[in-house]
Amino acid sequence: MIVMAFEYKRLNKTTKIILTLLLIAGCIVLTYMLDKGIIGTSYTVRIVRISVIYALIGVSMNLVNGFTGVFSLGQAGFMAIGAYTVGVLTIPLASRPNVYYLVPISEKIQDLVMPFGVALIIGGIFAAIFAALIGTPVLRLKSDYLAIATLGFSEIVRAIIANNQMWPITNGSLGLKSIPTFPSLFIPVIISTVGIAFMVLLIKSSYGRAFKAIREDEVAAEAMGINLFKHKGLSFIISAFFAGVGGGLLAAHLTAIDSNQFKIMVTYELLLIIVLGGLGSVTGTVISSFMICSGKELLRWFDLPHSIGTWKIPIFRPGLRMVIFSLLLMTVVLFWRRGLMGRKEFSWDGIYNFLRRWPWRVRRLIRGDYSKKQEEVTPNA
Amino acid sequence: MHDNNGMKNNVLKMENTSMQFGGVLALNNLNLDVYEGEIVGLIGPNGAGKTTAFNVVTGVYPPTNGAVYLDREILVENYPQGKMKELYSGENKGKYTVAKVLTPDRITKLRVARTFQNIRLFKDLTVYENVLIAQHVKQKSNWLFASLMMNHKEEKAMREEAMRLLEILDLVDVKEKTASSLPYGQQRHIEIARALATDPKLLLLDEPAAGMNPQESDELMHFIGRIRKDFGLSILMIEHHMQVVMGICERIYVLDYGKLIAEGSPKEIQSNKKVIEAYLGVDD
Repeated sequence: MIVMAFEYKRLNKTTKIILTLLLIAGCIVLTYMLDKGIIGTSYTVRIVRISVIYALIGVSMNLVNGFTGVFSLGQAGFMAIGAYTVGVLTIPLASRPNVYYLVPISEKIQDLVMPFGVALIIGGIFAAIFAALIGTPVLRLKSDYLAIATLGFSEIVRAIIANNQMWPITNGSLGLKSIPTFPSLFIPVIISTVGIAFMVLLIKSSYGRAFKAIREDEVAAEAMGINLFKHKGLSFIISAFFAGVGGGLLAAHLTAIDSNQFKIMVTYELLLIIVLGGLGSVTGTVISSFMICSGKELLRWFDLPHSIGTWKIPIFRPGLRMVIFSLLLMTVVLFWRRGLMGRKEFSWDGIYNFLRRWPWRVRRLIRGDYSKKQEEVTPNA
Repeated sequence: MHDNNGMKNNVLKMENTSMQFGGVLALNNLNLDVYEGEIVGLIGPNGAGKTTAFNVVTGVYPPTNGAVYLDREILVENYPQGKMKELYSGENKGKYTVAKVLTPDRITKLRVARTFQNIRLFKDLTVYENVLIAQHVKQKSNWLFASLMMNHKEEKAMREEAMRLLEILDLVDVKEKTASSLPYGQQRHIEIARALATDPKLLLLDEPAAGMNPQESDELMHFIGRIRKDFGLSILMIEHHMQVVMGICERIYVLDYGKLIAEGSPKEIQSNKKVIEAYLGVDD
C-alpha cells in the first residue's frame, strides 16, 4: 500500500494579493454594515469594539512577553494612564462641573479640551514616559522578579490615581464620566489596525529580529552585539505606548472609568488572551481577543434561569458562565499547548494547505494506514 | 620571547589578567598574545580557567585585576575593588588603577566574535534568521525608520550579506531549517557562521570540536583553516581534541589551575614535562 505524502503547495503571488484585497474589502464592508445597523445590534457593535481594543492592547503585551521574552505584567497600569489622560482631556467643558462635583477641577486644566486623536497620542506618550522611568531599574531584573516589579508598578499607578491629592485632576475614587464616545465603529477599528500594523512591521524589521534573539538566548544575543538593555527598553516603551493608546480607546468605549477598572484582573485577562492565542503570534492574539471578548458575552445564556417544564434547573444561576468559560479555556490549553497559533502567523499558504490537508487526512483514515508515520512535506518557513 | 612575531600586529593581548570568584582564583596572572592571522590554542585540564579567559575577553565579566588590549588599544582594565580589595590573592596587586569595563555587545562591535562551549544558537529560529540577526550589529537606521521600512536598502544589503555568507559556508541547503533540528556537527558550523556574520577580526572558538567524531573534526579543521584565510581572521580556540589542536594551532598556551604552565609550538608542548604532569598527574 502506498502512503501518499502530503505535498505542501504555495499559492502564486497574484492570487495572494487578490485574496488580501478581498479580505480587506470584506472587513470594511462588515464594519460599515455593523456601523449602520444593517447587521447585528448595538450589542454586537459593542462586542466588536471591545474586541478590537483588546486586540491592540494584547498585541502590545505580546510584543514584550511573546517576542522579547520579558515577562512584564504592568499593562493595566499603562492602560490606566492612557485612559485617564484621554478622559481628563476630552470631557466637554459643559459637563465638567457635573463630573467634578465633589472637588472642583484644577484651574490649570479646567479649560483644556483636546480633540480625541490628540488626547489619544498624548495618553500613549505619557504611558511611554512612565515605561521609560520604571524600565530603567526594572528591566535589569529577570523573569519572575520582573513580573512582580511591573505588577507592583501597575498597582501604584492605580493607587496614585485614586489618591486624595489627585482629586482635582483624576476625580479620585469617583472616577470620570461623560467621556465622549466614538461617533463611528470605524474609529477604533482603524486606530487598532494601524497600531497593530506598526507593531507587525517593527517585529519584521531588524529590531524585531533582535527582540526574538533576546527571547531565544540572552547570552548569545549579547555576544551577537545586541544591547540587551536598549532593546528590551525599546520593546517595553513601544508596548507601553500602545497600551496607553488602547487604554484611551477603552475610556471612549466605556464613557465612564474609575481606577478599579484597572486592577490586576485586567492584566490577567490580557495574559489569557496572549497565551491562548500563542506567545509570539500577532494573528493568534487578534483571534483570541475576539474569541474571549465575544465568548464572555455569548455565554451569558448560562447565567439566566432555565427550566424544563415547571422544574427549574438548579445549576443555571449567575456565575455559571465563568465556570463554563474556564472549562473551555482549560480544554483549549490542554489540546493546544502553545496556544492556538503557537508562533505561527496568518498566511494564505497556511490556510490553503490546512484546507487541502483535510481530504488527505480523511483518505488516510479510510485506507487504514493511520498508524503509519505522517509523511508530510512541510517547509519550515 | 616573541621576537619572530615582533613585526606582526598584536591583535589580542591579555596582560596579567586575573579573575577571582569569592575565594577561588579562576585565572591567575594570565599573559597571552594573539598575532594577526594566527591560530592560537588554549588547552588545559577541566576547570583550568579556559572559558573564564574567554569570558573576560568578551566582556561577560570584567577581570578582577589586569588588562586586555585589542589592537594595542585598551579593551578592558580593572583592579580589585570593594570586597575584592581584601580578598584578592592573585599577583600584581596595585599595578592597575583604572577601571574600564565594556559590555559584551560593545566588544562585539569592536569586531571580536565568539562561539560557546554548549551551543547557543537561537534554537527556534531558522538558520537564515540566526545569521541575519548577527547582521543587526551593523544596523544604522533607528527603530522608527526600520519599522516604517524606510531603510529597505540597508535591509536588502543585510539579507544579501547573510545569503552570501551561507553560500560561502555551504549552508544554503539548510537555510530554512530550524536551527535545533539539525545534526550537532552542523549546528557548530552554523554557530561559527553566525559569529562570522558580525564581521570579526578576532574569533574565539570555545571547544568547536566537542562531541564530534574523527571525520567531523577533520572537516572542522579544514573549515577553520579556510575561514581564517577567507575572512582574514586571527583565531583563539579552546579545544580538548589534541588531534585538532596539534593539527592547526601555530602556538599553544597551557593552563592549569588558572595559571599558565607552558606556551610554545605544538611540538614543544607535546614534550613539555609540566604539561604531561598536569594532564596525567605525577608519581608520588
